[in-house]
Amino acid sequence: MNNIKKELNMASKETRQDSIGRFISYFCITIIGVLVISIIYFITSRGLTMFFANHVKLSDFLLKTTWNPGTLDSHGKPEVGALPMIVTSFSVTILSAILATPFAIAVALFMTEYADKRGAKLLQSVIELLVGIPSVIYGYIGLSVVVPMIRHIYGGTGFGILAGTIVLFVMILPTITSLTVDSLRAVPQHYRQVSLSLGATKWQTIYKLILRVGTPGILTAIIFGMARAFGEALAVQMVIGNAAIMPKNLVSVASTLTSQLTTGIGNTVLGTFANNALWSLALVLLIMSLLFNTLVRIVGNKGAVKNERKNKQ
Amino acid sequence: MSKIITSENVSVYYGKQRAINNINLDFNVHNITALIGPSGSGKSTYLRCLNRMNDLINNVTVSGSIKLNGKDIFSPQMDIVNLRKTVGMVFQQPIPFPFSIYENVAYGLRLNGIKEKKILDVRIEKALRQSALWEEVKDSLHDNGFSLSGGQQQRLCIARVLAVEPEVVLLDEPTSALDPISSAQIEDTLVSLKNEFTFIIVTHNMQQASRISDWTAFFLDGKLEEYSATKKLFLNPDKEKTSDYLNGKFG
Ligand SMILES: Nc1ncnc2c1ncn2[C@@H]1O[C@H](COP(=O)(O)OP(=O)(O)O)[C@@H](O)[C@H]1O
Ligand SMILES: [Mg+2]
Repeated sequence: MNNIKKELNMASKETRQDSIGRFISYFCITIIGVLVISIIYFITSRGLTMFFANHVKLSDFLLKTTWNPGTLDSHGKPEVGALPMIVTSFSVTILSAILATPFAIAVALFMTEYADKRGAKLLQSVIELLVGIPSVIYGYIGLSVVVPMIRHIYGGTGFGILAGTIVLFVMILPTITSLTVDSLRAVPQHYRQVSLSLGATKWQTIYKLILRVGTPGILTAIIFGMARAFGEALAVQMVIGNAAIMPKNLVSVASTLTSQLTTGIGNTVLGTFANNALWSLALVLLIMSLLFNTLVRIVGNKGAVKNERKNKQ
Repeated sequence: MSKIITSENVSVYYGKQRAINNINLDFNVHNITALIGPSGSGKSTYLRCLNRMNDLINNVTVSGSIKLNGKDIFSPQMDIVNLRKTVGMVFQQPIPFPFSIYENVAYGLRLNGIKEKKILDVRIEKALRQSALWEEVKDSLHDNGFSLSGGQQQRLCIARVLAVEPEVVLLDEPTSALDPISSAQIEDTLVSLKNEFTFIIVTHNMQQASRISDWTAFFLDGKLEEYSATKKLFLNPDKEKTSDYLNGKFG
């Protein structure tokens, strides 16, 4: 009798496991949350130092085109115009995404609509392999193949936005492709049947139905690809030329936010003005990646609303 | 009475497994023909032959001959896209596309290159009236198709098929996922459209077959066990197995 009472009053083994499990996951979530918040706080506070402590105008930072944090201009003001890096970063990101998207959609369509199971599996593993290759390898290939080729065709050094775009194109292609494949696979199989039964050709089914239903997913894939391109440092640094000047054309040396950061951060001392200026570049990067994230969420939600089954039956 | 579809010695194999065996079955124009029989007896398989949807399944072999208005649908001259426009299909589950009601019905029309809004409007209203959905959705044509109830969704799917103006409409258990009231609405719709279309409907529901069909084909184990006018088949079947099935002795 007493035994039963005791057992009933005590939490069961399962309940205890449950609360331990809950504790562990909340604990981890807290750690992650603290990490994220401190990273954001750290970069923000460092990134803003230049504006508050060194009284640099935000408009000068965003709109001026000379980047030379070590020296002062004729008015005695430091030269921290980040526009060249911002322009270059956006250029390589947008160009590589424009280049990669049609390829990614074509490969994804081939994998989901045309290839047999074995072919699709094979391509899938090729793509996974490509995603896993470290960026230094891409940079190295860019340096030893792409740059000389551009030099040969267009003259000049071969370094620049074009080389950066081509390297990033190869790097983000697998990312965009595999996410696009996911979104096309998520289009229910019976939609295809219905479409064909209405007298659609396979090609009509693809572009009037599958691509249309998959659009939010494909947009998400492109944004993920762009986020990766925007944030990529090493491979770009190896082929872009690393001159913090306004790019004159696609084959003139330039520098992205990331390449400027990686080249500069080792050469400055924490707390100096030149160092603060680099933190401001990092802040721009952070803001951009938060923006990409928000975009992904907005686009993803739109798709979810559209495909939701509001079955009132 | 003229025949719109005639089929002779139709057999279908999935791999080496025979699903239906030497079916001979003709369909009268502007009639409703019901295909009944226990599940697994090959009704869906046979139905999918009529618009060649079996072509989409791997490893299927179809033999025999099926003629639509006298033309062999398996001949190399047969344009399969046109065949499916002439012989439309409604599936068991309502499957609207995740588009607006308007765009759902417009889908088949746009496939045919119809772009002009005036023509689309007219054809869409006509199809929605035919499927008896117009009054319920005329003010919300641009709402998502999923915002409708299950029965309404199925009538939307029927409208989507009718908009293409097929001659024959195949329906594979179109009401089995619906409540009785929605089912009855769809039955009424089919009966009211008999003069414009030829319907071939697979159904599990024998009351449904007896209520709406003119002819009934009883499938058993991949064979056509009995085929006659619906009244005759239900009241006075020739075969003992048919009467056993109708009396619920198996199935
Ligand atoms: N896609 C398929 N692959 C293999 N076998 C199938 C397939 N579809 C149906 N079958 C088989 O064919 C037979 C007839 O099935 P079906 O035509 O679906 O019957 P019914 O519609 O009368 O229930 C069944 O034995 C079923 O298992
Ligand atoms: Mg069936």
